[in-house]
This record gives sequence, C-alpha cells and structure tokens, in this order.
Amino acid sequence: MPSDKAAFRRRKRLETLGSFALSISVFVVLLLLWEWVSRTQYVDPLFSSSPSRIAATALVLLRDGELVRQIGASAKVFGIGFGLAIGFGIPIGVALGWFKVVNRTFSPLIAMFYSTPHIAMMPLFIIWFGLGLGSKVALVLISAIFPVIVNMQAAMLNVDHDLKIVGRAYGASQWQLFKTVALPSSVPFLLTGLRLALGHGLLSVVAAEVFGGSSGIGYMIEYAGSTFQIDVVFVGVVIIALFGIVIDRGLHYMNRKVDSWRLNGA
Amino acid sequence: MQNGNVGLVDLSLGRFDRRTADLPPALPPLSPPPLSVPCGGKVSVALAGRTPVSIVSLPLLDVADVHIGYENPSSGEVTEAVRGVSLAIQAGEFVSIVGLSGCGKSSFLSAVAGLTPLTAGSISVDGCPIHGPGPERSVVFQKATLLPWRTVLDNITYGLELRGVPRKAARAQSAKVIDLVQLRGFERFHPSALSGGMQQRVNLARALVTEPRLLLLDEPFAALDAITRETMQNELLSIWEATRKAVLMVTHQIDEAVLLSDRVIVFSDRPARVVAEIRIDLPRPRTPQVKHSPRFAALTEQVWDLIHSSAGLKREVRYAI
Repeated sequence: MPSDKAAFRRRKRLETLGSFALSISVFVVLLLLWEWVSRTQYVDPLFSSSPSRIAATALVLLRDGELVRQIGASAKVFGIGFGLAIGFGIPIGVALGWFKVVNRTFSPLIAMFYSTPHIAMMPLFIIWFGLGLGSKVALVLISAIFPVIVNMQAAMLNVDHDLKIVGRAYGASQWQLFKTVALPSSVPFLLTGLRLALGHGLLSVVAAEVFGGSSGIGYMIEYAGSTFQIDVVFVGVVIIALFGIVIDRGLHYMNRKVDSWRLNGA
Repeated sequence: MQNGNVGLVDLSLGRFDRRTADLPPALPPLSPPPLSVPCGGKVSVALAGRTPVSIVSLPLLDVADVHIGYENPSSGEVTEAVRGVSLAIQAGEFVSIVGLSGCGKSSFLSAVAGLTPLTAGSISVDGCPIHGPGPERSVVFQKATLLPWRTVLDNITYGLELRGVPRKAARAQSAKVIDLVQLRGFERFHPSALSGGMQQRVNLARALVTEPRLLLLDEPFAALDAITRETMQNELLSIWEATRKAVLMVTHQIDEAVLLSDRVIVFSDRPARVVAEIRIDLPRPRTPQVKHSPRFAALTEQVWDLIHSSAGLKREVRYAI
C-alpha cells in the first residue's frame, strides 16, 4: 500500500531530523555554556578564549588573507604527502598481501615501522630534506602510508577463497583474479585504511609545522601560542577539526555507497 | 572416425574398456599415427602404439585410475581421498555420483574440473588429458559463490568476460540462459537481494552461458531448504531435457540422483572407489511424476542398499543379533 509506504518514509525522515536536531542543540548548549563561563571573572581572559572572540578573530584573519595563506600552505603539504601515501601505499600493500614470499620477507619490517612514533623521525627529515616542504611532506607520507599498506595487505589476505576458486574454474589468470575478485573486495579495507591515514596525516602536518615550519596552520598555532594570542590558537584548532570532519564524512559517505551492494539489492 | 580420436571400446557396455586398453602394446606402427593431431600437438603414445579393435569416437569424459591425496600442510601426512576411480561419460549423458558425506566425491569432481591435482591416473576430455580448468567444462558450486558487488547479469556473464567475450555479445548470449533458469526481471539485482534458490539459479546460469560440453554439479542443491530443493531438481530436469548436455553431478540425495540421471555411480567410503554403477532405465523425457512409479522406488532402494553395504552398514545387521 503506497500510503503506508509514504507514512513510513515520513516517520523515518522525522526520526533522522530529530536525532540531528538533538546533536546540534547539545553542541549549541556547550558553546553557550563556554561563552557564559568566559564572561565571568573566574576565568583569566589572557589564558582562554570564548566562541565569540574566536569567531571575531577568524573573521579578521580571513579578511587580511592570513588564514587562506596558512590553510593553503598546510593543504599543500597534506595533499602531496597523502597523495604519495596512497600512490605508494596501495601497490606496496597489494604486493605484501598477494605474494606469500614478499609477505614473509617484509612483514616484520612493516610492523616495526608501523608501531614507531613517526614524529621522532622529524629531526632526521629536517636534516635530509631541509626546513621547507620536503621534510613536512616526508613526515605526512611516512605516517599516512602505513595504515594504507597494512589495510591493503589485510584485504588481499582476506579475499574469499571460494570466490577465487570460482575465478580459477572459469579460467581466470592471476591478473584477472586480482582485477575481478581481489581488487573489488578490497575496497572496504581501503576506505578504512584511508580513514586512519587521514587522521595520522593531519596530525603530522600540524606536528611538522609546529616542529620547524615557517608557514601553515601548525606554525600559526605555534607562533600565536608563544605570543599569547589564544584566540588565534583556537581558530587554528577549529580549522583542523573542521577539516578532519569534512574529509571523514566524505569517506564515510563513500563507504556507505560501496557497502550498498552488501546491504540491498537493485 | 570423428574428431580424429580413436580408442578401444567394448560395444556391449558402450563405454571405454580399460581392461582391453591395458593389454601390452603391439609392435610400434610403421606409418605415423593419426594425421590430425589432437590435444594441441601432444600425441598420445598409448593410443598410437595399438591396433584398434573397433573405431569409434572416444567418450566425452574419460577418467582412468585416478588417485587423489591431500598433504596435511603441518604434519606432511597424506590423506587419501580417492583411490583408483575409472569412469567414462558420453556426450548427452547425465551421470551422478553418490556416496556418504566426506567420502571424496567432491574431491573427485574438483579434480575433473581441473581444480585439484591428481596423485596418479589421468582425466581426458575428448581424448585430451586435462591440465587445469578448461572452457569445455563448467562448475556449479554447492554454495552460490556469486561476486557480491556484481549484478545478477554481470555474474552470469563472468565466465564469458574472463574469456574476453565483448560485454555486448556476452549480454546477448546470456539472454537465452536467463529465460531458461527463469531469472528474467532480476538481471539488475545484486546477489544479496536474492533468496538461496535464486542465487543458485544464477550459479547455474553462469555455468550454462559459457556453453560447456560437460557440466559439473557439486551438490548443487544441498544448501537449500527441502521445498526449494525439490523445485530446483524439477527445474534442472526440464533444463536438462531441453539442452541434453553431458552432466556429472555429485550428490548425497539419492532420489535426486535417480530422478535426473542416466547412470548412478556409487562411491565407497573414504578413500573413494567405485562400488557399483546402476543404469537408471526410467523412460525419457522424464517429469517429476516419475517419482511415483514403482521402478523409481526400486532403483532408489537399490542405490540405498549399495551405499549401506559399501560403508559396512549392512541392513541385515539389525537382525544379526
């Protein structure tokens, strides 16, 4: 019955809207609380900020182009590093998972590198690649590549054995097996890897810029902090958080799209 | 002389006779053996060295003294699954293998598909020894094993795609099969939206669309509920009556084997050997109604007895005490 279907859809939409409104209102209440606390005399304005001051500062920084310049610098480092991590990470992970010999040879090495805190390498990177773009990209690359490698490796090792047999029975070559069975079934793993890589990558951009940069959001935060511009520090933090949310939601959306073949039909 | 392949055949049985074929070879022939070279240039020496008694085409599938063993990867011990099985299937024949669960019949089918290596013996299709899977054989697996990210149509054309058939031609070719297995209207569905029976139809369609000479069915309906299973058995019967393709089916459903087959081969318990071969002389074309005939009951009973006695579970045991 179509009327029942429409009613069901309306109810469903109301539910979604309701939960969304709830999460927004919690957020707004927290902001208001923060604003109110910051206006009492219990908090020293020199060491803290408030939502209204952060917004005002952001507007000023946006007008004079400072914000755009710093975001651009950070985005460049992140983009190059993350792109390289994907470009190298996927083939390396595939090779590790697909070929048993490669797996046995290199897995301990990968595990060792994966568990090391990469920021410890930053002084070395600065010596090798200088204080500019090179060292920062290197740090992003090395922190973002391992989640991609490890997840692609897991994807290859978890390919449904029965599906591989079907492929073989119909005469698939190794390359065809990889293309028609292993690669499509690796997509959920890849997306998980990308999500992890994203978190690690963002962290590294900021860390690298704080460590020894002269541009970028991380540098802006570090400089503002050392000159007691608390509002500017908060602007930087908010931007990083927003950036993370946007990319994470994007990947989440892609994940849902890809998962649709598992959950529903036509 | 068809296909250029010749062999020794016991005409009374209508199948390849190993006993005759294993006689010591006569003197090497003076003139070179067959002009047309079968099997991609590899001439079978055993055939070339003999004087044929009668000349007819070889069986479609010829299995000669096949042994299969599995090596345990941790202990290195070899488990024997199949011991010395020989059988032959003619074109257009429906042959079933029955036996207890885990007796090695699935290993045997997998070997015929070219997916499991032999320890000894040989398997030939049209007189040519097989080395792995080939386009003249298709397998319908016990589990549907469809690619979950592909639609029904793209799953059906999978085998054709692997063989390099262009997408458009593959889709055109699958139209007939889709009607045959009654999947019309479901082409754009993903497997997860289909019931077990429907998934198994896709599995069957995927095997049929490549137009194999021999269809290999590995307990195709074992994973289905009883009602769906019966429906699918009846449909397979009508599909077979329409196509008359050579089929080798492994099953442990005895009534299924009797209903569908021309011959039922009984395997012993592991390691599998051929215990008996029963010709199912129910008239063709058959309909599901044949199950109500006394002959059907008698044949089913006969197969039961053979399986029981092969497993050492003689029916008389009940009364022996």
